[in-house]
Amino acid sequence: MAKIFVENKPYEVDAKQNLLHACLSLGFDLPYFCWHPALGSVGACRQCAVKQFKNEQDITGKLTMACMAPASEGTRISIQDADAAEFRRAVIQGLMLNHPHDCPVCDEGGECHLQDMTVMTGHSHRTYNSPKRTFKNQYLGPFINHEMNRCIQCQRCVRYYREYAGGDDLNAFRLRDTVFFGRAEDGVLENEFSGNLVEVCPTGVFTDATLKHHYTRKWDLQMAPSVCTHCALGCNTTVGERYGSMRRVVNRYNHEVNGYFLCDRGRFGYEFTNSPARLKEPMMRGAVVSKSAALESITVGGRAIGIGSPRASLESNYALRQLVGAERFYAGVSGAEGTAVAAALSILKSGAVPSASLLDVEQADGVLVLGEDVLNVAPLMALRLRQSLRNAPMRAAKKFNIPPWLDHAVREMVQDQQGPLFIASPYATKLDAVATATERAAPDDIARLGFAIANAIDRGAPEVAELSEETRTLAASIAHALLGAERPLVISGASCLSTAVVEAAAQVAWALHRQGRAQTRIAFTMPEANTFGLALLESKTLADALKEDGIDTAIVLENDLFRRAPEHLVREFFEKVPHVVVLDCLPTLTTAAAEFVLPAGTAAETSGTLVNSEGRAQRFLRAFVPSGSVQESWRWIRDIAVAGGRTDCAWQTLDQIIAAMAQDCPALREVPEAAPARDEAGKIAREPDRYSGRTSMLANITVHEPKPPQDVDSALAFSMESGFRPAPAPLIPFFWAPGWNSIQATNKYQTEVGGPLRGGDPGTRLVAASVQAAEYFREIPAAFRPAAGEWLVCPAFHIFGSEELSRHAPGIAELTPKPYIALNPVDAEVLGLHAGDAVQVTLDGVTGVVPAILRADLPRGVACLPAGLPPFEGCALPSPGKLALAKPEFSVRGTP
Amino acid sequence: MSALYPLLIIAVVLGIVLNLAGGLIWVERRLLALWQDRYGPNRVGPFGLGQVVADSVKLFTKEDWIPPFADKPVFVLAPAVVVATSLLAFAVIPFAAGFVIADLSVGILFLLAASSLGVYSVVLAGWSSNNKYALLGGLRATAQMLSYEVFMGLSLMGVVIMAGSFRLGDIVEAQRHMWYVVPQFAGFVMFLIAGVAETRRLPFDLAESESELIAGFHSEYSGMKFGMFFVGEYIGVILISAMLTLCYFGGWLGPVLPGPVWFGLKTMAFICLFILFRAALPRPRFDQLMSWGWKVLLPLALLNLLVTGAAVLLLR
Amino acid sequence: MFSLLRSLWGVFLHAFHKRVTIQYPEEKAVLAPRYRGRIVLSRDPDGGERCVACNLCAVVCPTDCISLQATEDEHGRRFPEWFRINFSRCIFCGFCEEACPTYAIQLTPDFEMGEFYRKNLVYEKEDLMISGPGKYPDYNFWRVAGVAIGGKAKGEAEREAAPTDLHSLLP
Repeated sequence: MAKIFVENKPYEVDAKQNLLHACLSLGFDLPYFCWHPALGSVGACRQCAVKQFKNEQDITGKLTMACMAPASEGTRISIQDADAAEFRRAVIQGLMLNHPHDCPVCDEGGECHLQDMTVMTGHSHRTYNSPKRTFKNQYLGPFINHEMNRCIQCQRCVRYYREYAGGDDLNAFRLRDTVFFGRAEDGVLENEFSGNLVEVCPTGVFTDATLKHHYTRKWDLQMAPSVCTHCALGCNTTVGERYGSMRRVVNRYNHEVNGYFLCDRGRFGYEFTNSPARLKEPMMRGAVVSKSAALESITVGGRAIGIGSPRASLESNYALRQLVGAERFYAGVSGAEGTAVAAALSILKSGAVPSASLLDVEQADGVLVLGEDVLNVAPLMALRLRQSLRNAPMRAAKKFNIPPWLDHAVREMVQDQQGPLFIASPYATKLDAVATATERAAPDDIARLGFAIANAIDRGAPEVAELSEETRTLAASIAHALLGAERPLVISGASCLSTAVVEAAAQVAWALHRQGRAQTRIAFTMPEANTFGLALLESKTLADALKEDGIDTAIVLENDLFRRAPEHLVREFFEKVPHVVVLDCLPTLTTAAAEFVLPAGTAAETSGTLVNSEGRAQRFLRAFVPSGSVQESWRWIRDIAVAGGRTDCAWQTLDQIIAAMAQDCPALREVPEAAPARDEAGKIAREPDRYSGRTSMLANITVHEPKPPQDVDSALAFSMESGFRPAPAPLIPFFWAPGWNSIQATNKYQTEVGGPLRGGDPGTRLVAASVQAAEYFREIPAAFRPAAGEWLVCPAFHIFGSEELSRHAPGIAELTPKPYIALNPVDAEVLGLHAGDAVQVTLDGVTGVVPAILRADLPRGVACLPAGLPPFEGCALPSPGKLALAKPEFSVRGTP
Repeated sequence: MSALYPLLIIAVVLGIVLNLAGGLIWVERRLLALWQDRYGPNRVGPFGLGQVVADSVKLFTKEDWIPPFADKPVFVLAPAVVVATSLLAFAVIPFAAGFVIADLSVGILFLLAASSLGVYSVVLAGWSSNNKYALLGGLRATAQMLSYEVFMGLSLMGVVIMAGSFRLGDIVEAQRHMWYVVPQFAGFVMFLIAGVAETRRLPFDLAESESELIAGFHSEYSGMKFGMFFVGEYIGVILISAMLTLCYFGGWLGPVLPGPVWFGLKTMAFICLFILFRAALPRPRFDQLMSWGWKVLLPLALLNLLVTGAAVLLLR
Repeated sequence: MFSLLRSLWGVFLHAFHKRVTIQYPEEKAVLAPRYRGRIVLSRDPDGGERCVACNLCAVVCPTDCISLQATEDEHGRRFPEWFRINFSRCIFCGFCEEACPTYAIQLTPDFEMGEFYRKNLVYEKEDLMISGPGKYPDYNFWRVAGVAIGGKAKGEAEREAAPTDLHSLLP
């Protein structure tokens, strides 16, 4: 800590930070553009000028850029100083010279950092009358809209896109006032985190193109804190609604989870909520029926089973488990997935190495990735992983006394050095570009590499038999690098559906821990938003359910069984079960085959809890009450139970079911702590103070202004009425502060800028590492040997397409790849295949014809199919399959 | 025939007074409008005269609501009291020579007594409404009445001394040569002020001052009960105007025209003056009202009595 | 005391003044052009819709009686998909006109909008649109905005330089 003086008053601030950071953390309003808490200082915009004084006697002082000056002991500054204020006003006047007269038609208007800063500096009148420079815009894909005239050249976009997110197709062109930020030519932005440009850009150059289709100002959105359901990381989001439809998703800062950024799937995948195909009313044998008629017709007898879902909330899964009984409740995941997830969970519980939060991932300085395509499975983990690569080289910067926030100096120092990152995966991933070493292998070989590394780290770990010399050398070098790290991290997960890979990852982490690396962390990526939550309920899997006989009713919760098991098995199951009840939000093959379909709400329309891949339970709250009979799945299940005369499932509110769940399931004891209960927090408004149109938005239906709906589940109100207390961190519906209308208002909610939210970051860890170290795993798989005529078909994950719900968003659908099968060119030659040839694939009893592409990075005997895409979405990959050249009439030309 | 004569007079007096009281609603609104450069009610019937009928229809058909917290019998009784007592006073008013219901020898005393009884209605209404504003209004009316009643009587005593009789007929006859407004000008002014206070008209309507007490004693009244207060107030106005005419302006005396016409014209003029007061004067503060009454007007009234008495004695 | 008499006299004299009341249905008042009556949506001099659906009128409205939804045509020109004013709530304060950056929303000297049913006071866009520019005949927002629309490409607005040639090597 250091004592600095602002306007001659002493304040305690972090001495390792700069003055801008200190001033903002202290709550002062100081304008800035080029600085961003996650990007550091470059001093490009000259906006954060303050007057700095030598000592108490100095009354002249000098102007200095707050973002470039350290907050060292005894610094004396003045923000209000007339010279500094005039300087800032003049700078913004200069920045505004070419800014077009666009605010009324600009999507950023009303949440624009440039607007806020212009008002803050007091530049209120334009005097510039000469022609403004203009640019032609570019097409940047379905997510980002480009309006280059508005640019004020702060360079944040390029710094974020290139230096932070690792993209290389956005750059600054030309010079002077004609600096242009864009691509070399029109085209979709390639980086998976391009959506953050919307928030990073201080003005309206990059705006949300999906919002444009149903544009709403920030002040008109009814917002609520939500959790992204498009992968297992559980990034915190703020969802916004207007006129009964969902309008957009923006980042909700959570220091330990997503920080300032979201991936494009999370940000733009929300549009499935507005899909015209949505199920809105209960259906019985394909015909719409009333809610009461549906509930009367559903009977749940003693021979009913429930199939849960990794994408449904904890509450819904628990409700179903209570309805059918724990022993008749099945997790709706394939057997292999269930086993792998259970293995990961038990490792986190019994091992001494705790799971890594995304903040831990960012702080790691030596990373091993086993069998994962991190970028496509857990996108934001890849973004934060990318930042971790600077940690090791930055230690060198420390030696030269360069503070870490001095971004360009640090980058000059670090140059292209990367910290140790080792990736072993079946196919090449985008992160390979920054990896120290990579290994392409089948899952079993990946596991063997992992075990070998563990053995190289700690000789006490079992040795791997018949290891090739290259693998042994690689393992030794990886072991050496990891041992050299202060905060080593092992990333693995269920993508390979291989218990061996998961165990190998644990083995490495445990070995490091035994070697005294107490800061070792292990991160498992999980397939879906609540995979861990479902696993904590410890149930059998779908594979067991499909084998069951004598079932009269099966209740399927938010699950498309055709994505969980091969089609013929599911069809057989549906034939032998007379009554199938399916709860879901969108029509699927499962809803088509069901007797009863009950419309379930999406995350934006419901409230509940999800457990992310870190083991963190996080509460998401509804932004709006959906139309039709849509309601939470657990409320449907409660209604079924109550209609059947059950009294033990009559939960009325979210807090009631959470309390019941915490009492029944010891593993979920801590879930109520994820967010304050409804009566623990005062009233919190979902609508900003300036929410407009209340007396008019429904006037075409009724002029009597119906009372807004009451929310029995949370302290949030569907109105502008708010209590006096600030919202607790897990219940912050949106970030806003007086004078700070943009997302930069996050500053006002943090204990210090870029630090945790006040009152602690949302969510509570349900899984804690054990105190005692677990025993090493002794079972090591044999090396993979490709069988003749058979390929091990592995899943190739795609950020756009592999996830079930986001595929229904038009923008995501546009970027979803077409089906293909990828093969090693040598294997293709054996089959006599060329790129683009149609291949008949037989897998798990499913046959389909897809075009072939050739990828040299695939190991021999391994083929890849896009995960989660038809026709093989039901097959649990990896799985051995047969490939054959399809007859020409089936051939599909063209590569995906 | 002679037995029916008083009944006839009663019928005529009641008819005139009550109709006039109703009509005054229209007169007041038209006059206020006139002095405020407006038109006032001019849409219903000729000159808007139908407004009176429309208003009474409205008052009669409105819900006659008695608040559940009110003291019901008293609440119902109060508006009746104001009308009854005011009408009672008309018993001694001579509209012309011999045209009087009861030609009492203590006419003025009866008149003062009857008109003072009217304050009971206000007090009872304020009390029975069980509402703090109503009660405050009632209390104010009581205090105001007590203060102004005193010199109201005293100011009239000058007239009585000069006429040598309490009988109103005699007082009028005594003015055949000179209206008492000339010798008793001070008494007239004081009686006028007291009279306005007596009827609780502006600027002395502190009992109902809508800006502070909502509507004072009749806050809780609606329908025809409220109408009764209204009518009672107008009867009071007519009564005081009639007294002013009788005591200071020579009653029915006047050239050319018949007596009752003169009486009517003079009374009407005072009614208009009352309305002009309302149009022009602001309401005083309550403490100002009280100190005026006790510290200025009462001594003046006594002085007036003394001087008049002395002058009468000297001149005799 | 004298002041009381003077005001009595002064008020009495008003009996001989001209009355200011206008006998409304028979006589019509002369309303100033800036009178704040019925709200309309005007068109720019080219005949295009002036409203750009910026939502500022809605947000400034103290009774929240304006709601709208923005949309865009295929050339990027923004306009309200629907625009609704609930006149049963409107207090004719004129803030919407003050806030409007394009002079689209204007209050007119017309107050004769009485209705027997409240729902008839809910005006939709087709009820609000007029065919002319209203009080501001010359202004055209799109001529000064930097956004390109159909018929106006980048660099063609007032006081705009031609679009920067990114491929030029000249400084």
